[in-house]
This record gives sequence, structure tokens and C-alpha cells, in this order.
Amino acid sequence: MIPAAFTYHRPKSIQEAVALLAKLGDNGRALAGGHSLIPMMKLRLAAPGNLVDLAGIGELKGVRADGNDIVIGAMTTQHELIESNLLADKIPLLRETSLQIADPQVRYLGTLGGNVANGDPGNDMPAVMMCLGASYNVTGKNGERRIAARDFYQGAYLTALETGEVLTGVRIPTPAAGHGWAYEKLKRKVGDYATAAAAVILTMKGGKVESCSIGLTNVADTPLWAQEAERILTGSTLDAATIKRAVAAAEAITSPASDARGPGQYRTKMAGVMLTRALDRAKSRVRGQGSE
Amino acid sequence: MAKSQIELKVNGKNVEALVEPRTLLIHFLRDQLNLTGPHIGCETSHCGACTVDLDGKSVKSCTIFAVQANGADIRTIEGIANADGTLHAIQEGFREMHGLQCGFCTPGMITRAYRLLQENKNPSEEEIRFGISGNLCRCTGYQNIVRAIQFAAAKLNGAPFQEAAE
Repeated sequence: MIPAAFTYHRPKSIQEAVALLAKLGDNGRALAGGHSLIPMMKLRLAAPGNLVDLAGIGELKGVRADGNDIVIGAMTTQHELIESNLLADKIPLLRETSLQIADPQVRYLGTLGGNVANGDPGNDMPAVMMCLGASYNVTGKNGERRIAARDFYQGAYLTALETGEVLTGVRIPTPAAGHGWAYEKLKRKVGDYATAAAAVILTMKGGKVESCSIGLTNVADTPLWAQEAERILTGSTLDAATIKRAVAAAEAITSPASDARGPGQYRTKMAGVMLTRALDRAKSRVRGQGSE
Repeated sequence: MAKSQIELKVNGKNVEALVEPRTLLIHFLRDQLNLTGPHIGCETSHCGACTVDLDGKSVKSCTIFAVQANGADIRTIEGIANADGTLHAIQEGFREMHGLQCGFCTPGMITRAYRLLQENKNPSEEEIRFGISGNLCRCTGYQNIVRAIQFAAAKLNGAPFQEAAE
């Protein structure tokens, strides 16, 4: 399997990369970890005339705290997310998610930026970013802008990113101390995309849900933010009847394809099962005054 | 298409070469350097037979272009044995514990296990299974591969190898 020929570029700065991509237009693609793009190129489903490798740009790497936010460079790998003590402490949901993506070899090279920018509904991080209320830093020839993850995804492989723009990093508001979290993913085997998956962040006060955020993976053309389910759960004690209503509301916004992972109806139900489990586990992890 | 000049280190030796940008690392290693230890299995980044060690990471060399490895330090199965030519503890483990049958996955398995044991000197069985989850074996059912890696970990730690109770 040999990809179509292309010209390789390795810029040293974001400005240089953006200038190149602006000049190349539709004939250029940014290369991050390559573990979505290169398989597509081998199958000739993608044949860009130019690849702009972002690996030489040091400022795209790393995890740091910035005030109340955590900022993660786009070229930070899944492996680096797993190894980050700062993330393990502040946003353990990311580590839990990364550990369920692909396999060890893929995680050494696959990047957060590639995962969120690709627009593949099978990618896990987009729904997690919606759940966390993250925003993406994007640089183009007209300068920088910030796009909320919840506004970024428009369709399969269709995002708010415009030709010539590079997603340079992800900014995540640090969840409240003591929050509960979970990413529950049903997959057929290691390395598979989700049949369905659910991300949950939860805070509780006096035995009731104070705030709740939910994202769903691979059960529509885009990742889903389950706002109605969140509204139902907020203020509740997470009793069985309320969870059932919230799960029904989450299932109602799904529209999964029927494919090798199962019929659409099954995948919708599995989204509900994953959400139920994620809520249960997130609740068990709540610490501080919210816990019983 | 113009070729790119790359310089890298492979199994401790400096290598300079001209490559087409679209040349995958696995093809470069096998066809240009005659290092045929890393195997081409699925070619779709699933099976792990092409695994090599690159700058301290286990990577599937079918899913990275040789130009991306410019400046890298790479180790393939050909560079795993000890400097004096004796088998590395992991290789010895695969022999002693019958960690292979047809042998096709073995170079990738050993190269992956090499990095796993660099990062975790005393992995549990579960950690070994999770650590090699990107490498497929269609013969052994993995039991003896896990035992081989446990054997190697014990040997590298200077500890006696004790098989887990059945």
C-alpha cells in the first residue's frame, strides 16, 4: 500500500506552517501524528499534493496551567496525556479517555490536535472536549481565533476549521476540585472505534447534582452534547427514575449509522447503557462535600 | 517527485539516504537497508508486526513516512541482541517459554516488549497484556508470550522467574 506522491514540508513555526497552508490551499494538508491521515493516504482515500508536518514546531507541544484553564498543545500525543501528572490531578477524564484510544503504538504518535481536528465521528476526544466545555485555538493567515468545541463539529469530517487554518491547541476550563468523571466506551476489540461511548463530568452538593456535563461519541455524524439529559439530571439525587429519563433524552438525540458495529437501534441503546454506567462511576468518584 | 535526504541512526549506526517522501518507514527499512526483521503484516496499523523503537517510542513503521524519521534513533529486532551477540533477555524468554509458533509476529512483539520493560521494569500480567495489545498473534493465544515477557523481566531484574499458579 503506497500513497500517492506528495511534497513534504517541515516548517519550524506556526507562522511558517500557516503561510504554507494558505499558499497551498486545497492541495495541502497538515500532518500531525498521521494515524488517521496516513492510513487514508495508503488507501488513496486522501491524496494531498503537499504534507505540512507540524512535528518540527516546538510551541505546539506540552500541557500547562494558565489561570483557571489547562492548555494543551495540539501536537501533544495521547501517550503524553496519559503520562501528564498535571492532567491526572486536574482532568483525570483525559487520561481515562486516552487509555481507551487505539493501542500503545498508536498512542505514542497520535495527537490530541489531530484527534479533535479531524472531524471523524469515531474519534473519542471531540465528545470529551464538548463535555469539558473546551475551546480550540486556531491560527490562520488572518490571525488567531477561538472556537468552542460545542460549535466546532458540523458533519462527518466537516468542521469549523477553514482551509489554511491550523488548530494549535486546546483550552479546557479546569473542572471543580472533587468532581466525578468517567468515559465509558463500548468497543469490539482493542483499537476499534466506539460502538457507542459516553463522557460525564459531575459535581454534587448535599447529595444532589450541582452540575453535570455529557458528551456522546460515534452515535451521529458529529459528537453530541447531551444538554437535555444534563438539564434533567441537574438538581436530582441521581435516582433511578431520573437517570432513566435522562438516558431516554440522550438516546433521543442520537442517529447512529447501521454498520459492522451493529444496527443503529442497538448503538442508540448502547449509548444509553454507556451513559448509565458513566453516571454511576462518575458519582462514585465525587469527593468532598458532594459525596455522601 | 524530488527525493529528500534523511540522516538517522539505525541500530547504533549512522545512516544517510535519499527517500521519496511517500516511502513508508517499513519499506525504507526492509527495501533500502535490508532490515527484514520488521514484518509487513496488515499494513493498516492494526497488527504490530512492523513495530520498531523510534526515539524511545514503540511505533508501527507502516504508519509513518521515512522522512518523518529524519534525525531519529531507531532500533529494530536486528539491534535487540546484546553487544556480545548473546540473546537479549526478551529473546531468551521467547525461546525458553515457547513464545512463538510461526514467528511472524515475534520481531514486533519483542521490540514492543523491549520498550514496555524500559518503561515498567516489573509489569503485572495485566500490564503486559495491555502493553502488547497493539500486537496481534494468531498462533499462541498469547499465554506463552506473556510468560516470555515475565521471564525477561525477572532476568533483567536479577530475580528468579516464578510462574504464576495456574
